[in-house]
Amino acid sequence: MNARLRARLTPYALLLPGGLWLLIFFVVPLVAMVSLSLQQGDIVNGYTLTWHWQTYVDGIRQYHDQIIRSLGYGGVSTVLQLAIGYPVAYWIAFYGGRRKSVYLFLLLLPFFVSFVLRTIAWQFFLSDNGILLGPLKDIGMVPEDFHLLARSTAVIGGLTYNYLPFMVLPLYVALERVDRGLVEAAHDLYASRVQTFVRVVLPLSLPGVFAGVLITFVPASSDYVNASILGGPQNSMIGNVIQNQYLINQTYPTAAALSFTLMAILLIGIFMYARALGTEDVLEAAAR
Amino acid sequence: MNTTVSGPSPSPPPPPVTASPAAVAPGGRRRHGPPRVRLLTIYTWAVIVWLCLPIAVMILFGFNDTRGRFNNTWQGFTVKWYGRLFQIQDLTVAMRNSLIIALLTMVIAGGIGTMVGLALGRYRFRGAGATNLVMFAAISSPEIVMGASLLSLFVTMSVPLGFVTILIAHVMFSVSFVAVTVRARVMTLDPALEEAARDLGAGAWATFRYVTFPMIFPGVLAGGLLAFALSIDDFVITSFNAGSTTTFPLWIWGATKVGLPPQVNVMGTLIFAGGVVLAIGTAMAGRRRS
Repeated sequence: MNARLRARLTPYALLLPGGLWLLIFFVVPLVAMVSLSLQQGDIVNGYTLTWHWQTYVDGIRQYHDQIIRSLGYGGVSTVLQLAIGYPVAYWIAFYGGRRKSVYLFLLLLPFFVSFVLRTIAWQFFLSDNGILLGPLKDIGMVPEDFHLLARSTAVIGGLTYNYLPFMVLPLYVALERVDRGLVEAAHDLYASRVQTFVRVVLPLSLPGVFAGVLITFVPASSDYVNASILGGPQNSMIGNVIQNQYLINQTYPTAAALSFTLMAILLIGIFMYARALGTEDVLEAAAR
Repeated sequence: MNTTVSGPSPSPPPPPVTASPAAVAPGGRRRHGPPRVRLLTIYTWAVIVWLCLPIAVMILFGFNDTRGRFNNTWQGFTVKWYGRLFQIQDLTVAMRNSLIIALLTMVIAGGIGTMVGLALGRYRFRGAGATNLVMFAAISSPEIVMGASLLSLFVTMSVPLGFVTILIAHVMFSVSFVAVTVRARVMTLDPALEEAARDLGAGAWATFRYVTFPMIFPGVLAGGLLAFALSIDDFVITSFNAGSTTTFPLWIWGATKVGLPPQVNVMGTLIFAGGVVLAIGTAMAGRRRS
C-alpha cells in the first residue's frame, strides 16, 4: 500500500468504529421502528410485516389529545424559557464582567444532579402538604384542598425549569458575539436605549434565539418525566403514551407508529421553522 | 466586520475610543450601575436561586433525621445516612451499574468519538457531510424516539435486554457529543506543527502520540467527561433498553411511588459534589495551561 493511498484511507479508518456504531444503533433502529409500526402480530407469535398503515390512523385518532397537549406544553414552556432566559443571558453577556464563566457555571449547576432527581425535588417541594403548601395551609392562607401538582401549570413549570439552561447558553453565545462597537455607534447616532436594543442587539442575537428554541422545544415536547412526576392523568403527554405502550402494554406496532409520528411532526416542524427563518441561520446556529 | 449602521451622516461619528466590552459594559469596574442594571442583576440572581433550589432541598434532606418511610418533613439534623449509604442493597447495585456503565461509556465513546472528531476536523473526504448530518440528527433527536427505536431493533432481533444493551445505547447517544467536542479542538490546531514533526523524521504514529494527541487532549478529556455525565444522568433511553437491570435514575423512578430513602439524597449529593469539584478542577487546569 503506497503512502498516498494510505493517507486517503486514514479518515475512513478513523471514522469506521464510531460511524458503524451510529449506523447500527441509531440509523438502523429508526428503520426497524418504522418497519415495526407497519407490522401486525403479538409478542408470543411474533410480528409480520403487512404494511398495516391503519395503525397510524388508529393511533392518531386515539391519542390526538396527547399529541396536541405535548406540542402545547412544549411550545408554552419554550416561550417561557425564552422570556425568562433572555434577560439573564443579556445581563451575563453585557454586565457579567470578568465573572461571566462563574455565572454560566451557576446556571449549569442543576445538571450535576440527575434529571429525575431534580424533577422529584420539585414534586417534593410542591406537594400537597409539603414544605411550601403545608405552612400556608396551616395559617389558612390557602384552602385545605388546594394543590399545585397534577395541573398543567406544574408540568409546564417543570419543563421550563429543566430546559432553561439549554435556552440561556445559545442566547448567551449570540449576545456575547454582538460587536460592542455597533452598540456604541447606535448611541453616537442618537438611538435611544430601546431603539439600540430593538434594532441592533436583538436582530444580532436572533441566531441564538433560533438555536435555543430548537434545542429546547424538541426535548420539552417529547418529555414524559415531568408529566409523570408533576402531572396527573389528565396531563399525560405523547411521551407517556409511547412509554406505556412500549414498556407496559407492549403493543409495539402502535408504540412504534406513535414514536414515528412524534418524530415526523418534530422534523416537519424543524424544517418549516428553518425555512421560515432561513435555513442557513438555523443550521449554522445549531452546528455551533 | 459588517455594520448595520450605515448611510450618510452629516458629521461622521468619531471612531470608537475602544472596542472592548468594558466600554459598554462597565460591570467589572462599576459594581452597581444604574437602577435598570441593578434590577437585572437582582433578576439574574433570582433565576439562579430558582435553578438551584431543588439541589439545596436534595442536599438538606440527606441530613434529615427521618424515622418514617417518607423523607418529607424535617426532623432534625443527622449525618447517619452517610454512614448507612450502602444499606439498601438494590440501590447500591443500581449505583454500581450506573458508575460502571458511565466509566465504560466514557472510555468507549471517548475513544471512538475522538477518532471521528479527528477524521472530521483534520481531513476532507467524501462522506464527511453525511457523517455530520447523522451526528446532528443523533444530537437533536428526541430521546424517547432514540430509546424507542433502539428497543424496536432489539425486539425485532430478539436481543435480550440488560447491561450490554444499556451500554450500547449510552455509547450511541454520547459518541456524537465527543466527536463534536474533539472536532472543535482539532480545527484550532496548526497543521504546520504536524508537518514539522514529520519533517523532523517522526512517523505517523510518533507524530500522533507526541504532537497531535497532547494538543487535542483537553478536547478529548472534555468529551470523555461529557460522555460520563450524559451516561450517569440518562433516564429515558435507559428505561427503554434496560430490561430488568437497574441504574441509579431507574431505581429512583421505581421508588418514587413508595417514597425515596435519604440514601438517594446522599448519593445525589455525592455525585453533585464530585461533578462540581471535577468541573472546577478541569477549568482551573485549563486556565493554567493557557
